[in-house]
Amino acid sequence: MKVTIDGIEIDVPKGTTILQAARMIGPEVAPPAMCYYTKLKTSGGYCRTCIVKVTQGSTANPNPMPKPVASCRTEVMDGMVVENNTSPEIIEARKGVVEFLLINHPLDCPICDQAGECKLQDLGFQNGSSKTRYEFKRREFEEIDIGDKIKLHMTRCILCYRCVKTADQITNDRVHGVIARGDESEISTYIENIIDNDFSGNVIDVCPVGALTDKTFRFKQRVWFTKPVDAKRDCKTCCGKTRVWLKGEEVVRVTARKDQWDEVEEFICNACRFDHKKKSDWVIEGPSPIHRNSVISQNHYEHLNELKVQIMKQQKALGFMPIDKQP
Amino acid sequence: MERAGVRLMGKKLLIHNDKVANIHTLDVYRAHGGYASVEKALKTMTPDQVTDEVKKSGLRGRGGAGFPTGMKWSFLAKPEGVPRYLVCNADESEPGTFKDRYLMEVIPHALIEGMITSSYALGANTSYIYIRGEYFYVARIVEKALAEAYAAGWLGKNILGTDFSHDCYVQVGGGAYICGEETALLESLEGKRGNPRIKPPFPAVAGLWGCPTVVNNVETIAAVVPIVNDGGEAYAKIGIGKSTGTKLISASGHINKPGVYEIELGIPVEEFIYSEEYCGGIRNRKKMKAVVAGGSSVPILPTELILKTAKGEPRLMTYESLADGGFATGTMLGSGGFIVMDEDTSIVKNLFTFTRFYHHESCGQCSPCREGTGWMEKILKKFLNGTANESDVDLLWDIQSKIEGKTICPLGEAAAWPVAAAIRHFKQEFLDVARSKKFVDVSHYDRLNKINA
Ligand SMILES: Cc1cc2nc3c(=O)[nH]c(=O)nc-3n(C[C@H](O)[C@H](O)[C@H](O)COP(=O)(O)O)c2cc1C
Ligand code: SF4
Ligand code: SF4
Ligand code: FES
Repeated sequence: MKVTIDGIEIDVPKGTTILQAARMIGPEVAPPAMCYYTKLKTSGGYCRTCIVKVTQGSTANPNPMPKPVASCRTEVMDGMVVENNTSPEIIEARKGVVEFLLINHPLDCPICDQAGECKLQDLGFQNGSSKTRYEFKRREFEEIDIGDKIKLHMTRCILCYRCVKTADQITNDRVHGVIARGDESEISTYIENIIDNDFSGNVIDVCPVGALTDKTFRFKQRVWFTKPVDAKRDCKTCCGKTRVWLKGEEVVRVTARKDQWDEVEEFICNACRFDHKKKSDWVIEGPSPIHRNSVISQNHYEHLNELKVQIMKQQKALGFMPIDKQP
Repeated sequence: MERAGVRLMGKKLLIHNDKVANIHTLDVYRAHGGYASVEKALKTMTPDQVTDEVKKSGLRGRGGAGFPTGMKWSFLAKPEGVPRYLVCNADESEPGTFKDRYLMEVIPHALIEGMITSSYALGANTSYIYIRGEYFYVARIVEKALAEAYAAGWLGKNILGTDFSHDCYVQVGGGAYICGEETALLESLEGKRGNPRIKPPFPAVAGLWGCPTVVNNVETIAAVVPIVNDGGEAYAKIGIGKSTGTKLISASGHINKPGVYEIELGIPVEEFIYSEEYCGGIRNRKKMKAVVAGGSSVPILPTELILKTAKGEPRLMTYESLADGGFATGTMLGSGGFIVMDEDTSIVKNLFTFTRFYHHESCGQCSPCREGTGWMEKILKKFLNGTANESDVDLLWDIQSKIEGKTICPLGEAAAWPVAAAIRHFKQEFLDVARSKKFVDVSHYDRLNKINA
């Protein structure tokens, strides 16, 4: 099926969503996604940040779609033409969605543990406005413990439903869900401490904001002072392939590995996540790929420096003269 | 109906017997011709013939959207070996709408008869009547009528000795407006949180428990009875153009005779408001200021635009005429919740009440509706507190425009449209209120919030 997104044509299999097709083209046309998660069935459709304009439905029915559509839940049709970043209307509408997500979100990133790896921060920076038009008190909730390892701070939640789907699909007891309605909705485990499952920790990784955090790591380190490496161990419960976050020789946190779109590659078990905090527990495979725009990438600079030294050494050995030193 | 000279009573098909004593009982209902459509359909027609009559009738969904019912039925997927369901939407929660309640309360068998005949057409052996939680006593009435119908053999196995068997159940909702949205209703019926589903798939393909399902409004289903009895063509002769048949209108507000009226589609709005047969004019000899013609979500229109279209033609009670001029100068027939406001009404306060409702009823799944409705309510509260600025009018306009068309279900629009229309037609009033800085006490509204919390 041929689909054109922001003027770029691509051939994709039937059943591909507009968002997936856009991701295949590349990050420059991929709409931001705050609730969709490739590995979670029925995810997406909620946040509305991924909306796009369909200017031609298909070759068979070339009419435009009357409203913007959620690209994460709309399958492509042959001959479909989509506008994302090229549509001023979509850029304005998305700005509105970002504003809605932010009006009840505290603007206190400096004291939030998610800072530096928060999708809402990125979204606000890339698609939002620099000032707020909201003048009212923001929604607030008490912090809640979900078991002894997970902290839920609803105040920061954007109700993306990812954790709900994770609890539903990855763990075997459905004790995690949404209670109340509208802007009073709350993520809940009904009886606060009941989530006791080998895979419950994954809700932390799928949470795009600082609503679900790892109590064994929370407030111990700013994430940009740590160094992520891909590591593995023999694990009977999960794949054992993780990302280990180092501070010096100390393992400060273990998470699942994430891909280019910041989605978990394979879910990991709680034992790997919470109970193996010694470097000797892990076989380190190498530095994790971190996007160069991320603040976390600063810990890769040491490699960069090392690389520069190596290059200079080689150049010297080969008798190259740096360009600026040439006569 | 002849209008030029002699005035005849409008034709009634649904509640013509509403004043008959004990019409809610099976015996009296039957004595007045009740269940004839079941006999006719089951004994003399094939299911497809029933659907054809509904198509010919031009009947359009009475739940708000006005989608042609026959067409909806023909979309129903019919895979082998998979059950199909008919679900009656009796969640009626749109402010200003109370016609389904009246029908079920007074003539419950009219709905049950329609359910059986419609289910026969659709090949559904099970149907559900989903009644809003606040209509608990109505559910009792319908349940009692169901029991009578079962006892008399109108429901259950091999109805009238044919091989058509049918079971019909009443389910009471938990009291959420959003469960009137058909997919949220199905979720709720399945015992889940009433969140609207993301479409596609549509219920016609994957509805209740993943099976093909038709969801219809109470009045739509009841209208199938006269359509089958008299034939689709006879029904289509009533009304004008694509607005065929009769429609129940819930008339409320500052009129002399509020209540539920059955009208022939096509009577002039002016006649509906001012004639003795219907609303009987504005109470206390006041002047009319505005009308919300189809339930709280449809655009409000000032007097000059509700009585006449922008082209100066008389506005009629039809889907087309009310919508004439688009949203710039028109509105919608919607569910027929006809709210009349007199000259003393504060549009600002009215809008606050509506907006507060939509905020309270948003399910919270999608960000524009979840956050936007609450934000608009807070800004409107400022107008009543005497703390609003003129710029708040533009802000409201901008917020509603960012909700409209960007949500999962039409509740987003239902919340945005009233705001847009009130500002479109009554902007000066908003500016005046902002300038006057007058305090209007609405603290009694908060008491309700506390009860709900
Ligand atoms: C927020 C919302 C509330 C609704 N409430 C009702 C309702 O109370 N009763 C109803 O019949 N339709 C309601 N609808 C419309 C239904 O989704 C659906 O279109 C209707 O039941 C179809 O029946 P009809 O074709 O017979 O009109 C609502 C829609 C929305 C978006
Ligand atoms: S807690 Fe996090 S993952 Fe769960 S709904 Fe809220 S933002 Fe999404
Ligand atoms: S528009 Fe409102 S009511 Fe409808 S799904 Fe979104 S949040 Fe829920
Ligand atoms: S990512 Fe598509 S709606 Fe949230």
